[in-house]
Amino acid sequence: MAKQRLYLKGNEALAYGALEAGLNAYFAYPITPSSEIPETLAKEFGNKRYPDYKFFLQAASELEAVNMVLGAAAGGARAMTATSSPGFSLKQEALSYAAAMELPFLVVDICRAGPGLGNLGPEQSDYFQGTKGGGHGDYKLIVLAPSSVQEMALCPRIGFDLAFKYRNPALILGDAFTGQLKEDVEFPELTPTNYDTSAWATTGAKNREPHIVNSLELDYQKQYEHISKIYEKYQQIEANESLFEEYLTEDAEAVVVAFGIVARIAKGVVNRLRQKKIKVGLFRPITLWPFPKNPLKKLASNGKRFLDVELNSGQMIQDVRLSVGSGAVVDFLGKWGGLVPTESEIESKLRRLEVVAV
Amino acid sequence: MSQLALKVKLGKIKSLTDNPTHYCAGCEHGTLTRLIGSTMDELGIREKTVMIDSVGCSVLAYNYINCDHIVAAHGRAPAVAAGLKRVRPELMVFTVQGDGDAASIGLLELIYAAQRSTPITVFLVNNGIYGMTGGQMAPTTLAGQVTTTTPYGRDPALTGLELDVSKLLGEIEGAAYVKRASLVVTELESQRGKVYTIKNLLDAKKSVENAFKVQALGGFAFVEFLSTCSINWKMSVLEAKRFVQDHTIKKFPLGVYRDTFGVEKK
Repeated sequence: MAKQRLYLKGNEALAYGALEAGLNAYFAYPITPSSEIPETLAKEFGNKRYPDYKFFLQAASELEAVNMVLGAAAGGARAMTATSSPGFSLKQEALSYAAAMELPFLVVDICRAGPGLGNLGPEQSDYFQGTKGGGHGDYKLIVLAPSSVQEMALCPRIGFDLAFKYRNPALILGDAFTGQLKEDVEFPELTPTNYDTSAWATTGAKNREPHIVNSLELDYQKQYEHISKIYEKYQQIEANESLFEEYLTEDAEAVVVAFGIVARIAKGVVNRLRQKKIKVGLFRPITLWPFPKNPLKKLASNGKRFLDVELNSGQMIQDVRLSVGSGAVVDFLGKWGGLVPTESEIESKLRRLEVVAV
Repeated sequence: MSQLALKVKLGKIKSLTDNPTHYCAGCEHGTLTRLIGSTMDELGIREKTVMIDSVGCSVLAYNYINCDHIVAAHGRAPAVAAGLKRVRPELMVFTVQGDGDAASIGLLELIYAAQRSTPITVFLVNNGIYGMTGGQMAPTTLAGQVTTTTPYGRDPALTGLELDVSKLLGEIEGAAYVKRASLVVTELESQRGKVYTIKNLLDAKKSVENAFKVQALGGFAFVEFLSTCSINWKMSVLEAKRFVQDHTIKKFPLGVYRDTFGVEKK
């Protein structure tokens, strides 16, 4: 694909990013604030620029959409669906099955305020649901957290690559802010990765043994072995695939830990305080699972203090605390209900943490 | 009768494995498995067929039918089938659902597969009960029928009347083939005493063939098969077969509810 530069909403950028990554099939169910994703993909269906894009359908429910994605993925296709928080709850069933069936596909959650219907403002309150395996059973999703429109465009490619590499569903956990934000975005020149699915995809048992894509195993020992194999895979993912951004952390006395849109705001605070010669930095997890615990632990061992800022009442902070250990000071600033913290709020919280001289 | 019996081909079916099934004695799931296997052989489609196993007694079908399988969540088989078929249109995709799976938890997925003319094949085994979970009420349980969750008989005032899925799908324009057949042999009185006719089974076989042919023509095909569940009905196998003949078939009459391509007449 030729390189191009566009001015897009985050959701639109994500849709184009998926097309550039060679999306084959999209199954939609509308929900605010993620609907620009299916709308963009409906509009682009048939565009000769995307020869791999074979199928678009608006399903009758979130459940139907995600189970169609599951069926398409079993056939070896690059399939995707997007939703927002209330819809993400409904996706959990298929995600649990797909993790057990080792099926690669992409789900997007443009997180809005909850619980329940909540409202259409941004939150990061689906962090637990996304990173801890929100459906039944013991499993993980690979979770990416874009922080800009540019990253919304890049995440589908990374998500598909990781999903197919490890045969596990991947989640892009955005927020209403990043989804609705409009910015310049550049699409680099790239060719979709070629994934070999011949060992497991259900394409018809011609000249081979049947492929059984299944999450059922009535023999306890065999189930133990199957899940143990998946755990080993998760350990490999944790060891090799964590992504993060460190910004001015080296000499920092205090480090803000934040992801998604909050990290954008926090970066502004860091820049502002640095101008006043105050040593603060930013640590931004890009993969929420695997959580980049080792680099964070390293920062803690250098005696830094932390301020965790999230659009919820404290979810990622549990992973931050586990990473840095009990010796480190970790303070928290949360906003919810669709509100986002201002730079001043983050700055005053840093001052109260006493790492910033008054 | 002996003439009819001769028409059923015996011998090794390539589309079936050698595994013995887990189905109970007298259960028609085994019958349907064999009819599907022999039809797959005859149509030469084994190597391009993917079965979606649904939750219920047919969930272990991957042990018996020798083709690719995806095991779906409860009720979601038509959605999984549709997802696969849309990205691999060259495949023959089918599922065998139970009445709990298709008529209760998965009714939306089934109706929309039909409404969109999704080219897949759905077989519904209607035995009027949740078999695998141990005999609870299904939407198809007859009024007054005793199950573990209707121990005093199904009360229509509370749980409504039997849901007729074939009639429902027959009203949907997108469906190309909707038929209710039976996998239950019929008892007849003759001069020599009681005899059993397999006319229903021969028609069921024809229905399986038609349902695959309709998919090949690009249509949505659905066949409901009346069946028994003697274990959970707390009857002998013979009593259960008679129950279908005397009661079930009156609520769920056999027939073709939709046949867009006219395959029944061919």
